[in-house]
Amino acid sequence: MNDNPRLQVASGRVVLTGQWTLAAMLPDLAILEDQLAGAGRSVGVWDLSGISRLDSAAAVLLWRTWGNAWPATLEISTLHRQVLTRVAELPQQIPGPPVRPFHPLEVVGLLTLKALANLRGMIALFGQLLLDLGYLFRYPGDIPWKEITANLYKSGAQALPVTALVGFLIGITISYLSALQLKNFGADLFIVNILGISIIRELGPVLVAVLVAGRSGSAMTAQIGVMRVTEEIDALSTMGISRTVRIVLPKILGLTAAMPLIVLWTSAVALLGGMVAAMLQLDLSLIYFVENLPRAVPVANLLIGLGKGVVFGFVIALIACHFGLHVKPNTESLSANTTSAVVTAITAVILVDAVFAIFTRHIGVPSL
Amino acid sequence: MSQPAVVELAGISTVFGRQHIHRNLNLRVEAGQIVGLLGGSGSGKTTLLREMLGLLRPTAGSVRLFGIDLNDGDALTQRAVRRRLGMLFQHGALFSALSVFDNIAFPLRELRCLDEDWICRLVHLKLAMVELEPAHGKLMPAELSGGMVKRVALARALALEPELLLLDEPTAGLDPDRSQNFVDLVGSLQQALGLTVVMVTHDLNTLAGLASHVAVLADGHIIACGPKAEVMTVDHPFVTGFFGADRRKLL
Repeated sequence: MNDNPRLQVASGRVVLTGQWTLAAMLPDLAILEDQLAGAGRSVGVWDLSGISRLDSAAAVLLWRTWGNAWPATLEISTLHRQVLTRVAELPQQIPGPPVRPFHPLEVVGLLTLKALANLRGMIALFGQLLLDLGYLFRYPGDIPWKEITANLYKSGAQALPVTALVGFLIGITISYLSALQLKNFGADLFIVNILGISIIRELGPVLVAVLVAGRSGSAMTAQIGVMRVTEEIDALSTMGISRTVRIVLPKILGLTAAMPLIVLWTSAVALLGGMVAAMLQLDLSLIYFVENLPRAVPVANLLIGLGKGVVFGFVIALIACHFGLHVKPNTESLSANTTSAVVTAITAVILVDAVFAIFTRHIGVPSL
Repeated sequence: MSQPAVVELAGISTVFGRQHIHRNLNLRVEAGQIVGLLGGSGSGKTTLLREMLGLLRPTAGSVRLFGIDLNDGDALTQRAVRRRLGMLFQHGALFSALSVFDNIAFPLRELRCLDEDWICRLVHLKLAMVELEPAHGKLMPAELSGGMVKRVALARALALEPELLLLDEPTAGLDPDRSQNFVDLVGSLQQALGLTVVMVTHDLNTLAGLASHVAVLADGHIIACGPKAEVMTVDHPFVTGFFGADRRKLL
């Protein structure tokens, strides 16, 4: 169809013909706009009777060309006049989207309030958890064993390969780097102390916590969040099933139980990696390493590591569930809350680790 | 010069796994018609609609919109065709991260050649068209009621002034009063803009109020297609069962 929008200025009249629609105008929109602007200033007589279609985008264009007023003379069919009338009836001042001024102080305040609200929410969730535990203690038949074991499997058993891989590589790296330094001082044998204490007491738990926060924490937030978006949580409530007992509690208990086990596993694999590297680098036999490990590393360190695992697992799951329950039903909020959950969980883990370090500073450090 | 049909489905077959959804299905929709696509649950109505949109490729057969094959390779032609149609999804499919205003402005902004003032006026025109207040533009989709979601979705579907409008269950989930309003709204917009409409619906009142033509999908193909009154008289177990005693009322 050769029905392109056309514009002709002839003897004081502007004559428009063709299809004046957005789709038809698009190919040479800039040219048409220029032509219209040129004609709009000088001419007061517009002949639109020859156009075959007029859509609202074209009507807005014409209306703007006329400077938001009807031209002196306008010839147009009734149907197309209606389209223009609708544009003309728009209020002159259209309220634009509100622009909020940027105040640094206000932003800081808002962030603080948000952080406090999150803290309050987490404390409330913790309280609810205690109440639920009390309830389950009285009615043991309601304990959601199936969900707890499913979470144990998902966040525990399925995390074994990735934690093992990362642990092994970290063990090799630390052992290799320490061995280079120790060799200079002829203190090769202390590799056992360095690896044992650092991995069992510190690196194992923190490494696992970071991995699990990214892996299981984000999964928990996203799952609970989507359940909120699709109203599944509301559906549970209408069946008289507590959302905290059935969804939050199994996740928190599951991860709290799984974490020390993963910590044990990862520390063991990391030590294995360290042993292999020490053997290759320092010719330290595996048997010597294993025999001297209990002497160099008091058993208290293992208990501290496992204790950290329990607390980290609890903190990660609590934070993940809190953010999951506060997802609003839109995609933006889901992604924002998942990000917040992981970032907050990792930060909290490192904070808790610092607290652990202060309170256990006299325990389990071998005196030479 | 005879215009090509707005929608032309020829020899469509769709197979999911071992299940045959459509067998050699043919359908033609001419410009200016409002076609109601009827069929039982699971008869493949929505699948057919998705094939018209090019979201799903039929196992065999061709889909032509405005005479252009949707399975043609050229990306630019494809985009040009898509801009000539608007789709109203069953649940609105509004972008939940954008406000109502931004949702309607989205397809206009994607053209990348309209300035903000132009877009702003067009969005307010569309809002007025679907009888919403300018203040509603600031709301987020999560804050809207079911009826408003449909209206906003319709406004977004109409943003580019399409020649073809596809509706999937336009009145599902609305109360009779609201659904009648919605039917009137679509009807008047169709007259004002000269749209061609294809809609999938289960609701007899929507069908009676809006459709000029009816196509009945059963047993994997179109068993009847034509003006409403004609289709009512077709003697097929599905047609008699679907319209039942209400046949007279719809005429």
